Amino acid sequence: MNNPTKLRLFCLTCMPLIEFTDKGLYCEKGGFFIDPWRPVDKAVITHAHADHSRWGMKKYLAHHLSIPVMKLRLGKINTTGMNYGECKRVNGVQLSLHPAGHILGSAQVKVEYKGEIWVISGDYKLIDDKISTPFEPVKCHTLVTESTFGLPVYKWKPQAEVFAEMNQWWRENKEKGLASVILGYSLGKAQRILCSIDSSIGNILLHGAIHNSNLALRECGLQFPKTELITKTTEKEKYRGSLIIAPPSAFGSAWMNKLKPYKVATASGWMTIRGARRRRNVDRGFILSDHADWDELNQAVKLSKAERVYVTHGYTGIFSNWLREQGYDAHPVTTEYEGELSEIGEGASREKESE
Amino acid sequence: MKEFGILISALDGTTKTTEKISAMSSFLQKSSSEDKLWFVALLSGKRPKRPIKTTLLRQWAAEMAKLPLWLLEESYHVVGDLAETVALILPNATKSSDKSLDARMQDLQSLKELKEEEVKNYITTAWSEMNKNERFVFNKLITGGFRVGVSHKLIVKALAEHLGEEENIVSHRLMGDWSPLNTTFEKLLVEADEKENLSRPYPFYLAYPLENEPESLGEVNEWQFEYKWDGIRGQLIHRNGEIYIWSRGEELITERFPELEGLKEILPYDCVIDGEIMAFKDGKPLTFNHLQTRIGRKKISKKILTDSPVVLVAYDLLEEKGDDLRTTPMESRRIKLESVISQTKSPVLLISEKIEPRSWKEAAIIRESSREVLSEGLMLKRKTSNYKVGRRRGDWWKWKVDPMSIDAVMIYAMRGHGRRANLYSDYTFAVWKGEELVPFAKAYSGLTDKEMQAVDRFVKKNTLDRFGPVRSVKPELVFEIGFEGIAPSTRHKSGIALRFPRILRQRFDKKPDEANTLEDLNSILEAYIS
Ligand SMILES: [Zn+2]
Ligand SMILES: [Zn+2]
Repeated sequence: MNNPTKLRLFCLTCMPLIEFTDKGLYCEKGGFFIDPWRPVDKAVITHAHADHSRWGMKKYLAHHLSIPVMKLRLGKINTTGMNYGECKRVNGVQLSLHPAGHILGSAQVKVEYKGEIWVISGDYKLIDDKISTPFEPVKCHTLVTESTFGLPVYKWKPQAEVFAEMNQWWRENKEKGLASVILGYSLGKAQRILCSIDSSIGNILLHGAIHNSNLALRECGLQFPKTELITKTTEKEKYRGSLIIAPPSAFGSAWMNKLKPYKVATASGWMTIRGARRRRNVDRGFILSDHADWDELNQAVKLSKAERVYVTHGYTGIFSNWLREQGYDAHPVTTEYEGELSEIGEGASREKESE
Repeated sequence: MKEFGILISALDGTTKTTEKISAMSSFLQKSSSEDKLWFVALLSGKRPKRPIKTTLLRQWAAEMAKLPLWLLEESYHVVGDLAETVALILPNATKSSDKSLDARMQDLQSLKELKEEEVKNYITTAWSEMNKNERFVFNKLITGGFRVGVSHKLIVKALAEHLGEEENIVSHRLMGDWSPLNTTFEKLLVEADEKENLSRPYPFYLAYPLENEPESLGEVNEWQFEYKWDGIRGQLIHRNGEIYIWSRGEELITERFPELEGLKEILPYDCVIDGEIMAFKDGKPLTFNHLQTRIGRKKISKKILTDSPVVLVAYDLLEEKGDDLRTTPMESRRIKLESVISQTKSPVLLISEKIEPRSWKEAAIIRESSREVLSEGLMLKRKTSNYKVGRRRGDWWKWKVDPMSIDAVMIYAMRGHGRRANLYSDYTFAVWKGEELVPFAKAYSGLTDKEMQAVDRFVKKNTLDRFGPVRSVKPELVFEIGFEGIAPSTRHKSGIALRFPRILRQRFDKKPDEANTLEDLNSILEAYIS
């Protein structure tokens, strides 16, 4: 930590390479924002989830696999696509994207200026979900990391076990003549389930929101098992024994009502905690997340070799305290990726999984 | 332990009664008698004393997980349950174990004799042999409180099904002062020798609050009316010359009421009386406050005996000369009860007087004035009713007077437990004393989930200070707080203590400075105790 060459890089009199502004993370030298939450001229986007890629930017720069979904959500926007590892230079600032393993096209943003390197992780996970390009650690001096599940109670099981449980649950429900409804975010979680569930068990039906995401993702070359969109004319008999994937917002809606009789499950990291599971009031909680768990977060920080860490959305205070005890120069940062309620425990009461 | 772990997660994973019953049935079928007995004991709250302090569990768990203690505590605040937090933070199992539930419970009992280091070794080894779910159940065996939504009624139902017995018989067998350490499943539930346990009480029959207009109950003369007394509901058992007194919480409380013990000499024959233990002096009931001085105290001083003497106000006769009267109609039981009381002629055994209104209108007028005799309202019992088990609708109703109420400002909020662990759901309320807000009551019930979520959001946005799980908040929200009794208290800053405070509603129409004052509370107090 007392390396004098490093100290020079962090000198207090010079502007930091990335600033935390009320519009978002800002690189003044390069003239761009990263995942801004207010309209700006140039936005570099880590991934296509709604809280990271927002409406109103004049120009969007993102991984080219993020762009079809961004366009589906944001309509006509001015985009530039990049590949992982491809480097752009603006004003002496080098900008590149690196796999984050969160959803298809998700990226960590690396910003380098005169040898000083910052990495903004966006959302990420370390395990290979077989859809997105697996996470690659990027060495840097300063890391900006998320902390959605930055508490040691969050530790994921191997995903194969989770999918085996899911298959078993579907089979049991099918035997009883019930529909199996799984709630999961329409971009990421839904496709992950679709690609890993045993589709030989029965028919798979989709809610419209997920069907639409899939259409955009097919453009990116993603392949899915055979599914059917649920429409007004879908016969009631079809639901029995089938698996239905729907976004969390569908829970309790009139749309869900017509699927009866069913069992409903939520697939989310929050399902780790019994209280959260019960408050969600579903029949079953599958612990499946597109975010890093406690061990992965720690591993990612370690692999980055960063000395300074800024902790955004999640258990920011707790995780940065922990990192400080581990010898990092760590600080919590308030962002609008989660808004006001981003404190302890609040995650579990949110309507849908953090995007 | 594996089967019990599966049972607990099955119970936890469903809200449907039929699924809970079937999970219990399948456990009962697969398990040994020893494990079945523990199942009954643990789920009905008869866990033996906690063998290990939770502070030690926290320390050892943090150590084993290689985490600082503060991080475990923070995690606990989020999770809301210590057993669960510990289960989640520990590293994955390295071995497995197929110890039975009974073996585990025996082990835990014997820990008391071991040195701390040996206990630690036992616990940490056990943790390393269990998956998360087993660990959670194991920790709960130590810390207690399986909150898996299984009522006593449901356990009785599952056992009755398993044993092929009637529910009320099973329920009766489960009553009393048994411990899993001094009986067996067969002795407790299978061998039908009722005489074996002379002290065994009957399950209490409890009334629901009346929700509809009383006129909906039919003719007024089909009902027996009594005052609803605010004491301790109890069952006095007189068998073979002995006296046993049970509280509704199935606690044997005979020793706490030496006044009543003398009844064994004068009761004319063996019987079981259901009634209310009340502080009573000079021919009138005293406030609940007097009884409070006797609860939780095993040694009763002379001063207490003279200041707050008790009587039993009899409601019902459940057994007479060995005969179970519970299926005899209320009206006939009442006649038998009156006969026992009049033969006894004791100043400590009174009867709950019958009130005989000629119309519902007259009943309503009597109810309105019930506070004047320190009663909480009226009890309505159908003259033809049996003495049932547990809280049932239909034949018995409590028709309470409306609670007293006051408008107060919320000043502190605390996280709830279990299902509400993520919500600020417990609040402290204050009234004005000049410029100052003085806390006077805590309440957590009375809001719907939706309302509670809105208050929760307010708390998070308006926190002034934090102390552990408690936050002080901007004094802005006004609530109407209802309560059923009020008494002076030296233990509270406000100088008063409320009985059964609860939130009646949020007063969106009131600003904090429009809330009531301590003077207002004091005048209610004066009116109430004078
Ligand atoms: Zn995301
Ligand atoms: Zn995010």
